[in-house]
Formats: sequence, C-alpha cells, structure tokens
Amino acid sequence: MFELLGISSQALFGQLLIGLINGSFYALLSLGLAVIFGMLNIINFTHGAQYMLGAFTAYFLLQYAGLAYWWAIVLAPFVVGLSGIIVERLFLQWLYKLDHLYGLLLTFGLALIFEGTFRNFFGSSGLPYSVPPALQGGQNLGFMFLPNYRAWVVVFSLAVCLTTWFVVERTKLGSYLRAATENPTLMRAFGINVPRMITLTYGFGVALAALAGVMAAPVYNVSPQMGANLIIVVFAVVVIGGMGSIMGAILTGFGLGVIEGLTKVFFPEASNTVIFIIMAIVLLIRPAGLFGRGA
Amino acid sequence: MKRLITLAALAITFGCGSAQAQYTDGAIKIGVMNDMSGTYSDLSGQGSVIAARMAVEDFGAAAKGMKVEILGADHQNKPDVGSNVVRTWIDVDKVDVIVDVPTSSVALAVNEIVRDKNKVFLVSGAAASDLTGPKCTPNTIHWTYDTWALANGTGKAIVKTGGDTWFFLTADYAFGHALEHDTAAVVEKNGGKVLGKVRHPFPGTDFSSFLLQAQASKAKIIGLANAGADTINSIKQASEFGITQSGQNLAALLAFITDVHALGLQTAQGLIMTEAWYWDLNDANREFAKKFAPQDKGVHPTMVHAGVYSAVTHYLKAVEALKSDADGKAVVAKMKEMPTDDKLFGTGVVRADGRKIHPMYLFEVKKPAESKAPWDYYKLRATIPADEAFRPLAEGGCPLVKS
Repeated sequence: MFELLGISSQALFGQLLIGLINGSFYALLSLGLAVIFGMLNIINFTHGAQYMLGAFTAYFLLQYAGLAYWWAIVLAPFVVGLSGIIVERLFLQWLYKLDHLYGLLLTFGLALIFEGTFRNFFGSSGLPYSVPPALQGGQNLGFMFLPNYRAWVVVFSLAVCLTTWFVVERTKLGSYLRAATENPTLMRAFGINVPRMITLTYGFGVALAALAGVMAAPVYNVSPQMGANLIIVVFAVVVIGGMGSIMGAILTGFGLGVIEGLTKVFFPEASNTVIFIIMAIVLLIRPAGLFGRGA
Repeated sequence: MKRLITLAALAITFGCGSAQAQYTDGAIKIGVMNDMSGTYSDLSGQGSVIAARMAVEDFGAAAKGMKVEILGADHQNKPDVGSNVVRTWIDVDKVDVIVDVPTSSVALAVNEIVRDKNKVFLVSGAAASDLTGPKCTPNTIHWTYDTWALANGTGKAIVKTGGDTWFFLTADYAFGHALEHDTAAVVEKNGGKVLGKVRHPFPGTDFSSFLLQAQASKAKIIGLANAGADTINSIKQASEFGITQSGQNLAALLAFITDVHALGLQTAQGLIMTEAWYWDLNDANREFAKKFAPQDKGVHPTMVHAGVYSAVTHYLKAVEALKSDADGKAVVAKMKEMPTDDKLFGTGVVRADGRKIHPMYLFEVKKPAESKAPWDYYKLRATIPADEAFRPLAEGGCPLVKS
C-alpha cells in the first residue's frame, strides 16, 4: 500500500467513496435546480425546503400511515411534486416574463415560510428515521466498511440522474421541452400545450428534490433546517457546472463531492469553504460555468 | 438578512404596585438571548424564555411590587448578531440582565459587552470554561455546566472503565476547542492517551469522512466534542458505518435530552453523558417538567432550561435584597454573597470566579425496553458531588481570584 502526504491509500479510497456518496446528493439536487432553471428560467430557492418536505413526507408516511421506505420513495416525490405544481400555478407562472430577481425573492420567501412552519411544529432537533431493513448492514471492502444503504444511494441517484439526462437530451419529449424554452410561441403554433409542459417540468424538478430528501432521511437527521444547510452548496454546484446544463450539474455534483471529501482529509477546517473557492475561480475563468452554453 | 425576532409579545408585565425600590427605567428587564431557529433551539430557544417566565411567576414578583419584563431574541449562533442584540438591548431597551446565550463564541463576545456596560450576564447555555477562567468578569455568572465539568464527568468515568485511548471529533469553534482541551487534560491525567483529532466545520451535515479518520486511528473511544444536531448526526452515522459495532465506543461529551429524543433510544442506548439536571430525578423536577412541557410543544426541559429558571430566581432574590438593579457588579457581588436555593437545583453557592457550584450527574441512556414513558430516557450512574464537579478555584486562572 502506498502513502500520499501521510495518508494511507486505504484511507484515501474510503474518502473518495464517501465523497462520491455525498456527491450523489449534490448531483440529485443540482439536477432538479438545473432542470427548473433550464426550462423555466426560475432560480428555485425553495429547492432546499422541498428536499426537507420530501424527508418529512417519508417520516409522516411511516409514522401515520405505516408505509415504509419503499412506499415513501415513490409517494413522497409524487406528493411534494404535486405541491410544487400548485406553487407554480399559484405564483410562479406570473413571473416568467419578469426579472430573475422576482422569482428568486418569491422562492426564497416560500422556503423561509416552509422551514419556519415545520420548525414551529417539530422543533429543530429533528426526528429519527431508520434505514430500511433490506438495506441495513454493510460490506467490508477491505479499505473501508461500506453501509449497504450508502451504496444504494450512489447507484440509485446515478440511475435517476442519467435517466433524466437521457430524457431531456435524447428523446422526443425532451426535444419538445428544449424547443419550448427556446421559442414558446412557435411551439404553441405546432399545437403543443406549453404552459402545461412547464408546470409539469417544475413539478418534476421539485419531485427530484423530494426524492433526494427521502434518500437523505435515514442518513441525515430529518429536521426543518436540513435543506437550508445544503442548498447554498448545491447552488454553488449549479453555478460551477453552468446554469441550466443537465450533464454539467450531474458531473460537478459528483466531482465536487469528491473534492470536498478529499479536503476533509487534508485540511478539514476548509471543507465548508472549498466549494465556494472553486466557484470563485471558475467564475473568473469561465463566467458561464464549466459546462455552460455561452455567457 | 438580519432576523432579529424581538419577542415583544412575550414581554410580560407583572403588576404595578407601589415599589419603594429603585429599578432603572422603572422595571427589571431580563433579556433571554439564544438560538431560536437553528441547531440549539430545542435545547435552549423558546424554552428558556418560558423557564425565565416561570421563575418570575414562582418568585411572586408581582406580589412583591417588582415589575419584571422578559424579552427574547435570536442570535443565530453568530457573535456579531448576538453583540448587536445585546448592545441594542442595553442602550435602547434598558435591559438589566442577559440570560442563557448558548454557543460559546457568542457568549464570549457578550461577556465583554456586559462587563463594559456594567450589567449582569447569567450563562446557562454556553459551555466554554474560559468564562470563569481567564475570561471571567465581575459581571458574569456561569450557571449550569461547563466544558471542564463535562470532561471531568464523562471523561474520567470512561477512562476508569478502560477507555484509555481517544480520538476527538471537534466542532471547529470556541466551544469545541474548549471541550476537546478540557477532556484531553482529564484523559491524560487519568493515564489515558489522545491519539489524534479532527476539527469539523460548524454546523456540519456529513460526518462519515471524519468518522473514518477516527476509525483509522484505532482509538478505543471517539470523543464527540460537538453539540446539538452535529452530535446527533455523528452518532447516527457512526452506527451506520459500523464503527460502534466494530468495538470502538463513542463518548458524547455534551448531549442533551432533546438530542436523545431526536436520535431515538434504539440508536442512543448505552450512551454515557454528564448533565447538571434531569427532569425525572425527583418530585420537584417532575412537577416543573409537567408545567413546562405543554408550553414548549411537549419538549421536556433540558438542563439549560432548568439553569435559566434557577439563575433568574437567584438574580431576583439579589435584586430584591439590594432594592436596586442599577449596578451590575453590585448585583453579582450580592449573588455571590447569598447562598443559592431553589426548587430545581437545591442549595449551592456562586464562587468568586463566577462559577455556580452544584452536583453533576453521570447518566446512561436507557434501552428501549427500559423506557416506560415518552422522555423516560436516563438512568443515573453516579452523582458527582458539588466539591468535585467543577474546576478547583485556583486552577482556572481567573484574575478575580486572589491567590
């Protein structure tokens, strides 16, 4: 076994893997943000709160309906996505023609309202949610103990990310979506119901956030602030990847998870800031982000 | 974005009888400042305002002709926000005493301001033992617990039962550093060894990376020098990564009953922790909890809440005896002179360095089967007598103590 700067290769592999696990949360969340921004031109600051809502929905389903994790992973994104559709119909649809700032302010305000309401009823310490029985335990990989649940998180989120990318970039439905963003009037002339498509896209983006929330529930604490802590980092990920770029969001999500993981070994004190340092550098060199399509 | 939630609605006025005493601005104003929205808001937060209000009611301030107002504010765990609140409170709102203030970095900042303005600072939520050490002031009393007491309680108990090699997972700010420092000293004094440490940003979410480093150290004990949600997540993830199952043990150096509640007994069982107060310890505590919980969303009082109650009670006694709240130093001197006595902490004293002295308790978290009711979480392992629970007066380095 070799050593790098005093860190054994064993520890290094472990940290890389952990970075990848955290990266899958970043990727899932930034993917939802990228889809919403790409299609709606809305900077969805409610995303963190919707992630939190996903986790809480999973908790409620278990607590009050006796529906376990596998139900939650299907139902919670659906329920929260539906709430997203309501938000879009009630508020967001009036903002598309206005400056980005209005959408940002509205979604930020909504996030504060959601988080404040949940804090009022459930406190800040959070609620317990355990790992589903089928995924308990773990594998000894030699260089580290990998909990089965974390392995599932990486595989599942990778699958969701790639499917989303495929649908948006490689299918007919995706081409409609992209065309609707480019030229909504022309698409309507072809008989496509553009407003409905946009509503559903927002619902889908929100459902992705809720899905990440359900996946986070067993590993992090189900608490009202769980999204607020994460959302700022995720925004940095989207900015680095390039606003609106689907593949960019996925790749930078995983990549930055790994970089953050390595920082936790070599200089733990900076692990909260490293992503923002990278963001500043990227913005200086490539203002449109690493995968952005022009400025 | 500055959210200063001054809970003016909670400011309650008791009576307006003819007071002979001279209180500045006609009333005694108590400012309860803590984390009302973040990671520490269950263990302090709104509950501390409730505890202060209960203290004022039980003291019978209204019947004694004392007009008492209680203000509450959120410091968001940020020293700059906390300093601004306290300055406004003292300069504009004429607040006489600042109470609670968890998050040691904020408490240390407030400590200086209150000394400069000659008001009173009663610390319940913060832990840094420096508040009665090098940073002690004639205006501050550290009430409930401190890092030295936690280290002395939990650290000693664990080293004595064979946990003699340690690795620290430390929150990277004043409190974490103090707790790590004090615990390391106890471990080494009792013949143990510290193998390493890693400092994580505060607040954090994912601790698996740090936990792997702790695992690689092969230390028998992983000391968690953090608090609130950070501790909860560390414990949860340690069990997930099989760290506890593979023979390493966790020491939650500071954990509150609200943390145990959030973890659930299944994950928290067997944890050993040091606390100054537990609601189910005696009848008086149970009665207090019964009155308190319905007012705070069912949350049972933590030692921080109880400490606020006890500190406010003693403050009111001193002010009543002096018939004045104008001179902060004089009030604190009076509080040090009078022995303390209240229904939650019993009798005790406030030392020259501002340290309130009472017994501490070593608890073990019950197994799920042992818990008979909600919030029935601890069994008592040992009582640390008052004269051993806190750092000896001479060792703190407080300039107020004349050797």
